[in-house]
Amino acid sequence: MLFNVTLFVFAAAALCISFRRDRQKTKKALAIAWNSFRNLIPSMLGIIGLIGLMLALVPREVIAGLFGNNSPAGILLISLAGAVTLMPAFIAFPLAASLLQSGASVMAVACFITTLLMVGIITAPMEVNFFGKKFTFWRNAIGFVLALVIGGVMGVILQ
Amino acid sequence: MKARLRRYALFALVVVADLLLYLQHPARGEQAIRSALDYLVEMLLFIPPVFVLVGLLDVWVPRQIVEKNVGPDSGVRGVIISILVATAAAGPLYAGFPVAGALLRKGCRLANAVIFLGTWATIKIPMLMMEVKFVGLPFALLRLALTLPAIIATGYLMEMILKVGETGRFAQGAGEKNY
Repeated sequence: MLFNVTLFVFAAAALCISFRRDRQKTKKALAIAWNSFRNLIPSMLGIIGLIGLMLALVPREVIAGLFGNNSPAGILLISLAGAVTLMPAFIAFPLAASLLQSGASVMAVACFITTLLMVGIITAPMEVNFFGKKFTFWRNAIGFVLALVIGGVMGVILQ
Repeated sequence: MKARLRRYALFALVVVADLLLYLQHPARGEQAIRSALDYLVEMLLFIPPVFVLVGLLDVWVPRQIVEKNVGPDSGVRGVIISILVATAAAGPLYAGFPVAGALLRKGCRLANAVIFLGTWATIKIPMLMMEVKFVGLPFALLRLALTLPAIIATGYLMEMILKVGETGRFAQGAGEKNY
């Protein structure tokens, strides 16, 4: 709660300073904020609903069994899921929290988050367009290896 | 209008699934709806200020200044600038591709562009806020501490693999497809 209050106060202060300096720019900033918010609502509602369904339907034991015991197969499976899927942070972290609640291990969840953020299979075609195939392949390959290393270290330290 | 409605398809599906579930297993249906509402409230309590901050950053940080400071001779300063600018970014990684592409075209060092993309993807500030909120400060701090060196190493490794040479320029050029 303190976190939310701080955030609101900070945003309000920044908005005031911006408004005193330049009204037009501040209006534009608010328009950008409102548009991104409006764009977000449909997918946010859908995915929040999905998380709710998942929490109610997938039994704790299944998640804990697959991702709870740091088995190499489980870690690899959740890492591949992270590499392939694409989801924004405001969905990924609530999902990570719900996985932890459902009994997944810290290592599994950390690997999911790191692969999700560092490897983008779905966005690879766009990346190829901008930087070429070789660039895209190596950036994602290096990202996958380092994501596993980081996830593993986090799992060991935060156990 | 049609396109806008289609964006609610997933939500509509979920609502139908919730209803069916509620009719079959009232307890589970209630649980699904309640946890979804909990998440919704939690998000609405902190997404608005984040978006306001993102809008302000977008308006106040000029792009030209950024592009001048991350060239081949920018050294450690260029790396630090790449990281700082990307942490202030907003939006998904594919929004960062065109920006990094523009940086490369204007003579940004390849390592800095890779570092910029890596930072954009993994440790931008709005993302870290979400992370602290949902999985806790220790998780977020440890990931930050491990990810930073990994991103920087990836940048220099990419230069070695793609053999961009002494100047650190990306010879193949951004925007061109190379097969």
